[in-house]
Amino acid sequence: MMQEGLDDGPDFLSEEDRGPRAVNVDLQTDATLQVDISDALSERDKVKFTVHTKSTLPNFKQNEFSVVRQHEEFIWLHDSFVENEEYAGYIIPPAPPRPDFDASREKLQKLGEGEGSMTKEEFTKMKQELEAEYLAIFKKTVAMHEVFLCRVAAHPVLRKDLNFHVFLEYNQDLSVRGKNKKEKLEDFFKNVVKSADGVLVAGVKDVDDFFEHEKTFLLEYHNRVKDASAKSDRKIRSHKNAADDINRIASTLYTLGTQDSTDLCKFFLKVSELFEKTRKIEARVAADEDLKLADLLKYYLRESQAAKDLLYRRGRALVDYENANKGLDKARAKNKDVLQAETTQQVCCQKFEKISESAKQELIDFKTRRVAAFRKNLVELAELELKHAKGNLQLLQSCLGVLKGDT
Amino acid sequence: MSEERGSSAQTEEDEDLFVSAMESPEAARLSAEDLSPSSNGPRDDDPDDLFAEATEEVSLDSPERQPILSDGPSPAITPVSISPRVDVFDRSPDLDEEEEENRDTFDIQISVSDPEKVGDGMNAFMIYKVTTKTSLSIFSRDEVCVKRRFSDFLGLHSKLASKYMHMGFIVPPAPEKSIVGMTKVKVGKEDLSSVEFVEKRRSALERYLLRTVKHPALLKDPDVLQFLESSELPRAVSTQALSGAGILRMVNKAADAVNKMTIKMNESDAWFEEKQQQFENLDVQLRKLHVSVESLVCHRKELSVNTALFAKSAAMLGNSEDHTALSRALSQLAEVEEKIEQLHQEQANADFYLISELLGDYVRLITAVRGVFDQRMKAWGKWQDAQLMLQRKREAEAKLQYASKPEKLQQARDEIREWEGKVQQGERDFEQISRNIRREVGQFEKERVKDFRVVIMKYLESLVHSQQQLIKYWEAFLPEAKAIA
Repeated sequence: MMQEGLDDGPDFLSEEDRGPRAVNVDLQTDATLQVDISDALSERDKVKFTVHTKSTLPNFKQNEFSVVRQHEEFIWLHDSFVENEEYAGYIIPPAPPRPDFDASREKLQKLGEGEGSMTKEEFTKMKQELEAEYLAIFKKTVAMHEVFLCRVAAHPVLRKDLNFHVFLEYNQDLSVRGKNKKEKLEDFFKNVVKSADGVLVAGVKDVDDFFEHEKTFLLEYHNRVKDASAKSDRKIRSHKNAADDINRIASTLYTLGTQDSTDLCKFFLKVSELFEKTRKIEARVAADEDLKLADLLKYYLRESQAAKDLLYRRGRALVDYENANKGLDKARAKNKDVLQAETTQQVCCQKFEKISESAKQELIDFKTRRVAAFRKNLVELAELELKHAKGNLQLLQSCLGVLKGDT
Repeated sequence: MSEERGSSAQTEEDEDLFVSAMESPEAARLSAEDLSPSSNGPRDDDPDDLFAEATEEVSLDSPERQPILSDGPSPAITPVSISPRVDVFDRSPDLDEEEEENRDTFDIQISVSDPEKVGDGMNAFMIYKVTTKTSLSIFSRDEVCVKRRFSDFLGLHSKLASKYMHMGFIVPPAPEKSIVGMTKVKVGKEDLSSVEFVEKRRSALERYLLRTVKHPALLKDPDVLQFLESSELPRAVSTQALSGAGILRMVNKAADAVNKMTIKMNESDAWFEEKQQQFENLDVQLRKLHVSVESLVCHRKELSVNTALFAKSAAMLGNSEDHTALSRALSQLAEVEEKIEQLHQEQANADFYLISELLGDYVRLITAVRGVFDQRMKAWGKWQDAQLMLQRKREAEAKLQYASKPEKLQQARDEIREWEGKVQQGERDFEQISRNIRREVGQFEKERVKDFRVVIMKYLESLVHSQQQLIKYWEAFLPEAKAIA
């Protein structure tokens, strides 16, 4: 419904730095590889991201280049990491969520249908509101796709991945179709097996205290982040609803002000103006809470899941290792296929130790990143809340001053 | 007809007594039908009235809503001692100032408090304590406490409406009945919603009484004084919907609606037309505003609940976080959110008790104002009918001139005189009600301006307080967040 060409540069990205919008991650940007999303276009049912790369690495043909990618291609890249055995010992950066403009589009449509039943001013106001909402969702989805790429680019191993380089450089369509029904069904079963297996694997007590602690911690943390994320979403939605009500109240007060035959007319007009302004601030408060708190929680929900997946893979490798040990013992006892058993055991051992080593570092990094991100966002949240409350207060006090002076 | 003539004559006397400072109070003519206050309507509950406890849910939207007029005998006219300084109905402009001043140095405080449940099950009802503190001389004591139930208030309003509305006085409407609300209370649910309902009602009853006594004529009315002072009050049974009185009311309502449609008034006075239009517009906008404010109250309550839930969740998250400083900061965040939840709750209450209730009151008041305009139209109609009748009597007399029936001719002439009197009375009544309405509307608008101003300023101040608290909470939290290392 909305053909929004937002790629006339300055308008779209003016409010934010053009640097990587690594909101929820504290990443050192490295001159050898810098990735960002410089632009985006929203079409009927898809979003086209312009991925811009600056690199001094020799394997790229140029030092600076851009390609256009869609959401499915991000998912393809993420899945390729997950399926790669070599990366079993790393926390795979979580895939960005699908751009979802359905709700916003629906609202715009409803508004269009209800145009006849409201005044021109009301209609224009609501339209602006909804367009702002649409833009906010749009910016968010861009940020989330960008964070994914930045995480990959910052990771010492993943940044060298071939698929990643193809993703960045190949300027044709990657012809990555979304999964068809059969494949989606396969995925579903895979997940079922995985979670059942996960339970089994989790049950195996780990000798290593560090990992044992991490397992317990991550399980609980993940669940609580999920709950906090859901509750913060509900809270923010209520806040938005209240701001919408204040909007309507301001409009009606304005009408009252223009119609009233007594001294109240000036009064109503002033109060209407006040509510218009405070309403905008309330809406901003809700938006900032969404950005700094809700998005943070959502992101760490996905990251903690990725960390859990890592632990699962390690657990799996541990079980394989232990089984290989048992197999070796059996083989030696029977004195049959000993060499084969020895090889299997060695392979499992190496795999397990490799994963363990990198996993430990990954989990430590995860904690560091998490603490830094929470710190940054909580500080910014508090600062923004203060800014808005002070703004509101000033508006209210000055209006009260004027109104009292009038009597 | 004769009953009406009687009552209108009495009202005229009433008005003459109060209306002009120039004329001497014709106290002598007040051969008062001194009705003792206790004989108003049926004394006790009719044991056969199966619907004695039935209540009628009155909707705010019924445009043709007529006040519940008391159906006892003609309005009680008891000699009232008028304190000479307060000359309420003076039309002379310079004395308006004094009247205004008298209203401002209005020395009476009324509070409605201590709701108490009496009885059990479906026969239960709430009793409220009404306390009046005043130095006005029309009251027998400085401070009086009485116990009243909801139907007593309705009964009072009913009496006042039947006495004064047809004169063009704006009688403040009583709070609404509510089947749902009351049933919950009766059934004994001690939950939050029935507590809130009782509080809402208590507050509404208090505002109702305050508005009523603000009106100088109503303040001195014997029924009002009796309501505020006397310890025993007969049950106002005629306020119940399905009693005989209730049915009669509904019939009258219908009749009035038909009349309103058929009376096409030639408005000679632009002021009335303009005012009616203004009140109609005001009605529409206030209702719209009321709906939005109710929605805001609802959403703010929701916000409060959701904030509390989030606070708990954040606390849990803080507990499971294994980085010490971050864990502490998250717990602090949870505490801040808990405090904010309290703020939202308080704000929702302010939204409701200040703004929403004010708007609800005014929607009902505007309906009463429009009712008064309707009364004027009725008066005009009566006058026109009298003129028509006179015309017919004159024609009849003219015909009888050639019929040589002297007794009939005399009778016809007598009737002409009678109707000439009625026409004059009709015109006087119409002009009187028009004058009254002008004055009443002027006063109403003044009160409206004051009311809205005061309430909205209070509301803005509550918003200021909220923001100040928010700043305090976040300022305390910020260093905690920065301390995460």
